[in-house]
Amino acid sequence: MHELPITQAILQTALAASERNGGRRITSIQLVIGELSSIVDDSVQFYFDQLSQGTLAEQAVLEFRLEPSTAFCFDCSSSFPVRAPLPAQCPHCGGTRLRVQGGREFYIESIEVQDETAGS
Amino acid sequence: MKLPVVEKILNANDQIAADNRATFDAAKIFVANVMASPGAGKTSMILATLERLPQGVRPGVIEGDLASRIDADKIAARGVPVVQINTGGGCHLDAVMIRNAAGQLPLPDIDLLWIENVGNLVCPAEFALGENLDVVVASAPEGHDKPYKYPGMFAAADVVLLNKSDLLQVFEFDVDYFRRGVEMVNPHAPLLLLSCRTGAGMEEWLAWLLKRHGDFQKTCAILTNGASSRGLITVA
Repeated sequence: MHELPITQAILQTALAASERNGGRRITSIQLVIGELSSIVDDSVQFYFDQLSQGTLAEQAVLEFRLEPSTAFCFDCSSSFPVRAPLPAQCPHCGGTRLRVQGGREFYIESIEVQDETAGS
Repeated sequence: MKLPVVEKILNANDQIAADNRATFDAAKIFVANVMASPGAGKTSMILATLERLPQGVRPGVIEGDLASRIDADKIAARGVPVVQINTGGGCHLDAVMIRNAAGQLPLPDIDLLWIENVGNLVCPAEFALGENLDVVVASAPEGHDKPYKYPGMFAAADVVLLNKSDLLQVFEFDVDYFRRGVEMVNPHAPLLLLSCRTGAGMEEWLAWLLKRHGDFQKTCAILTNGASSRGLITVA
């Protein structure tokens, strides 16, 4: 049930950003989510549609950009993309000494708002 | 028209967590956030640790649960100040809950505050509370694949405790495989094996914890206004 507080946070952050810029209607929100931040999925749009009713962000579309996570193999020095469940072995050499980096991003990159000339 | 925002989604929570940290720093309280799946032994670990704390380190506990105060009652029976948070279905604690709970604790009488998070290996890792230390408890019956399946949780840990170590053989738990999974996402967090039931490994865990608590006390002594203890304590 963590989707609700997370969706509220997305909505509040987007509304605050719009209000800092003249309070224009928000048409979409660009979110950057790391592959290992497993706490967001499609259900967030559903929650968002409910929570955003009557706000500047009503009917805004959430656009997710997934940031990949990369594993580095200390045995063969190769890098390869990973997601949970993480592999126990390097796909290239079978090495088990791996280091995973990235994939924990979780932020709002931008919002798309209506131009001033557009009607509301 | 596109407006750049670049703001962490949980920024509001992070801000309140920083306020909590400032409150705890002012009262010189070292805070440990205990995270694990249900049944790993969070409460048992806290109880076993409380039993072994030296006299000069006065504990307090915030218990997070979906419902009930079973765990809080166990703590209260030891004469330790405790506040129960019932999240009513919420799967993690957040900074506002901790702020409210802290207001009900006798902060001047506490040196070491335990926060027992809701049993869950996913979202508690994402919500900062104002803690100094993130303690992840795993246990033998859960299996050795947990770091591979829940990397975010193990990446967030400052220390990983592998509880029920007396049952490792029963569950054919491969400690090396587990350790490699932890190190893959978190090369800094030590992995300590312990059994709250037998007491095995508790001495080493206490020594590690008290070292960190001692470092925190030294840090508090030199903190200037506005600085936070979080981040100033080096990861061993």
